[in-house]
Amino acid sequence: MDILIYGTINSIALALMALGFALVYGISRVPNFAHGAIYVLSGFITWTLLNSFGVPYALSILITMVLIGILGAVLYQFVLIRVRGMAISEIIASYAIGLAILEGLRWGGFKGMSYTLPVFIEGSVIVVGIPVDYQRMVVVGLGILIVVVLWAFTHFTRIGLALRGMAQDERAALMLGIDSDIMALVSMAIGAMLAGLAGAVLLPLGNIVVESGYNVLILAIAVCIVGGLGSWVGAVLAAFLIGFAQILTVVYLGSHYQMVVALLAIILTLILRPSGLFGMQKELEERV
Amino acid sequence: MGNGNTEQRRRERLDRGIKVRSDGLYALMSWRELAYLIVPRLVLIVGLLVLPLVMPGAYWQRVITIVCIYALLALSFDFLAHYLGLVCLGGAFFVGVGGYIAAMFNSSLSLPPLLTVPVATILGAVICTLLLLPCLPLRGVYFAIVTLMYPLVLARIIEALDIFGGTDGIMGVDSFANQWLEQYAVISLVLLFLFGTRRLVNVDLGLVFRAVKDNDQAVRASGMNISFYKAIAVFVASAMGCLGGACLVHIYMWAGISLFALDFSILPIAATVIGGAGTLVGPVLGCIILVPISELLREFGTLRIVFYSLILVGFVVFRSEGLMVYGERKYHQFQRWVKV
Repeated sequence: MDILIYGTINSIALALMALGFALVYGISRVPNFAHGAIYVLSGFITWTLLNSFGVPYALSILITMVLIGILGAVLYQFVLIRVRGMAISEIIASYAIGLAILEGLRWGGFKGMSYTLPVFIEGSVIVVGIPVDYQRMVVVGLGILIVVVLWAFTHFTRIGLALRGMAQDERAALMLGIDSDIMALVSMAIGAMLAGLAGAVLLPLGNIVVESGYNVLILAIAVCIVGGLGSWVGAVLAAFLIGFAQILTVVYLGSHYQMVVALLAIILTLILRPSGLFGMQKELEERV
Repeated sequence: MGNGNTEQRRRERLDRGIKVRSDGLYALMSWRELAYLIVPRLVLIVGLLVLPLVMPGAYWQRVITIVCIYALLALSFDFLAHYLGLVCLGGAFFVGVGGYIAAMFNSSLSLPPLLTVPVATILGAVICTLLLLPCLPLRGVYFAIVTLMYPLVLARIIEALDIFGGTDGIMGVDSFANQWLEQYAVISLVLLFLFGTRRLVNVDLGLVFRAVKDNDQAVRASGMNISFYKAIAVFVASAMGCLGGACLVHIYMWAGISLFALDFSILPIAATVIGGAGTLVGPVLGCIILVPISELLREFGTLRIVFYSLILVGFVVFRSEGLMVYGERKYHQFQRWVKV
């Protein structure tokens, strides 16, 4: 029962980390390697607002979301737009930006154990005999909420439909009067905000450390590759797959192997079924 | 530009006459043309060989050695990325494998460095190639992602299993006999591999490599096994990386998890982008520029990673051709304004 409950929580946490990456790649085909950096950055911005400026917690999370969204848009508008379509340059540019953010934070003194965000609600609740703290319940609730909201957003709003149109066929979308650059900009902003939101909910569970930026990036990529790049349903399913696999390895092998699971998942997926569980691309053209 | 009454001009680039004349065998007929071909190469060779002699003090001589090791890594990245189309974000993987093998052979079998370095190069390249073999069918983003993971995970496995010295690393590795041997060994290795890879990409095998990059389906349609050729290229590239790692271990007299650090992955990429991608000389040039700057910034700690990440972004986004391509163009061509 332990495994089931903590596996579910871990899976939803993974899905939260990965959704932003999956969304940006699915819509604008830009692999945002700065994803992990944005996740950590949002944690530190919230911390700074909370502790140095004394802004109330809920408000500081809100401000962080807005700032992070703007950051995503700025990154796209001034950097990534110029290299769009060149896979190598996209990877190098976004990875270098992520590196600059993370190492800049480290240089700026944001390291050590002293950076923690308070949990939203103190205390814990007993779920079928196992104590689960409220923060983890918030993670589960918010994870489900985000998936539902995203689904509704992409099916019922104008921008959401345009985004989906671009994800399916960029040229056809262009012909129908959808500005692909603006849509990519929007997707990048939303993706960054999702990363920031994931940071805001998940970071209170532990310390904010710069290294987690790299881990989040790896996990997000692992989830997206196993699920099939560009497929959100696949990403959610893959999050459950990897989430449970991780919990099982932690229980039976030890916590050192958590990251190894992610890499093995990537390698096995790429060898056995390169387009992932729900990949939308043709295998030969895109990957192999 | 749009208004009609002013005359419009455009830049026209033409090859210099001497370039055209020295393209063929006729270059052998005149000293001038010969010099046109040889002088740039000589400047690089002589420059590299003289560099250790003019450096003030042992510290900067050590920097030259580090420059050369990064140059090997950058060469390996450039070769794989721009002649095979495989973007390898994990140069640290090669460094780590080569370094650990050299350190182990040296500390447990007490082989001298002159023996462990070649052994680590060959054995390390074989191991790296075997480990990367399953990923070779991938390309583009996918290969980049997988190679990014390798060094991170290998470091974690070493940490978790506590093998090869665990987090402490392997101490007490022998150094080279003396500093001059060390410097001239790495400098001549860089020159050897630089001109070696330049030759390699122009022989038949290199043509197949470039064909794999441009259109691998066409290569497959011609009845050639793409993965086989990719494996050969990965072997060559990882041999360069492992060689760099092995030399590094003997210079620092220590092997540890920091061999898998990001520095070894990102700085060569930055050097390649700055120096000029796809020229093979460019990465070496980029290292000669970047590594000393990075040494000067050492006191700022991780700020130097920020610094060269930003340089990298700037060059990728705004000046993607790099210094060497620019220099080559100025050397071979002149430009003038002509009326449209």
